[in-house]
Amino acid sequence: MAAESGKIDPMHQFEIAPVFSGGFDIAGQTIAFTNSAMWMLLTLVALWVFMQGGMKRELVPGRWQLMVESFTGFIDDMLVANIGAEGRKYAPYVFSLFMFILFANILGLLPIGVFGGHPFTVTSHLTITGVLAIVSFAIVLIVGFSRHGFHFFSLFVPHGTPLPMIPFIFLVELLSFLVRPFSLGLRLFVAMTAGHILLKVLAGFVINSTNAGVGYGLMVGLPSLTLMVGISALEILVAVVQAYVFALLTSLYINDAVNLH
Amino acid sequence: MPQIDQIMSTYGSQFFWLVITFGLIYFVIGRSMLPKIQGTVDLRKGKIAGDLAAARAAHARADEIEEEYRQAHARARDAALAVTAEAKAKGAREAEVRVRDADVGIASHLAEAEGAIAAQQAAALTEIEAVAVEAAQDIVARLTPAKITKPQVNRAVKGALADA
Repeated sequence: MAAESGKIDPMHQFEIAPVFSGGFDIAGQTIAFTNSAMWMLLTLVALWVFMQGGMKRELVPGRWQLMVESFTGFIDDMLVANIGAEGRKYAPYVFSLFMFILFANILGLLPIGVFGGHPFTVTSHLTITGVLAIVSFAIVLIVGFSRHGFHFFSLFVPHGTPLPMIPFIFLVELLSFLVRPFSLGLRLFVAMTAGHILLKVLAGFVINSTNAGVGYGLMVGLPSLTLMVGISALEILVAVVQAYVFALLTSLYINDAVNLH
Repeated sequence: MPQIDQIMSTYGSQFFWLVITFGLIYFVIGRSMLPKIQGTVDLRKGKIAGDLAAARAAHARADEIEEEYRQAHARARDAALAVTAEAKAKGAREAEVRVRDADVGIASHLAEAEGAIAAQQAAALTEIEAVAVEAAQDIVARLTPAKITKPQVNRAVKGALADA
């Protein structure tokens, strides 16, 4: 983190570097086991361990089982509320999406830097959020066209549009529809990146001001640390809210494809 | 910004690992574990709904039984009231009959007694008459020489007694 001459680079945390040397090449790309891959695997393992609590399948649930069931119930309810009874069909994807983003967000916030580790937020990478957004968008397109065929285009003409307005409205609606995957992917990427940069910048203030002397440390470092505590709490909230927003928007878009307004 | 700067050199590895991890999450957790958990939750919901329905049915049955009991109770009370009323009426009738019988008995006793008293009175009166006749005859014989016959004395005594 601390680069040469005491400069702290807040962007360093987003750098992808191989954990082990090696890897193989496919189509000009080197596939190596990177820190990003490691944190994706950690997300998978943490999520799998968490889900074990739900696999007890007791009629009277314990705390852990209840926690898992409250997550599944939350996604179930969201899908049924937004899409209708058949919304549960999409639960496996939306649940996977929500839990993957939530766990990746929260794992990236863990204060393991205190023990010398380097937390890495998988969801702060456009490559990841972009792929997830494109998968969501692809599901919307596939469901929409397979269910409604070309009638799916009526999604871009809201009910009661005056006839002369139809071409214009169609273009506007089409544009807003096509922007969806970008807004979906960028929102998560930007939210996570911004929060982590802010935390790193403030952490740099604390370290540099304390190194400059006790007076600077008290005047600059202490307020910065206090602010960091508050922002960390905010970031936990953001981590949950962004996962929720991603899943919610995905379910709303699927609703468009299933029910056409 | 490394996310942009490194895109061209890392997107292959990023996609590769995302496909593996997210694919595993989707198939192992989303497609295999999630339905089981949903099944457990649905099972519990169904059980709770069933139990509630059973409880409601039992409650309704209890109300029914209570209503039946209440009706039976009312019927029993009505029957008991009827029995007591009848018994009371019967008792009253019997008492009336007995009083009437007693009245008749008393009246006959009274009449008998009155008859006896009248007879005794008459007997006493005739005895007094006879005694008075004898006494009067003796008195007249002792005080006067005149001879009086029994019928004369009888008449005189009867007249005197009737005057008394």
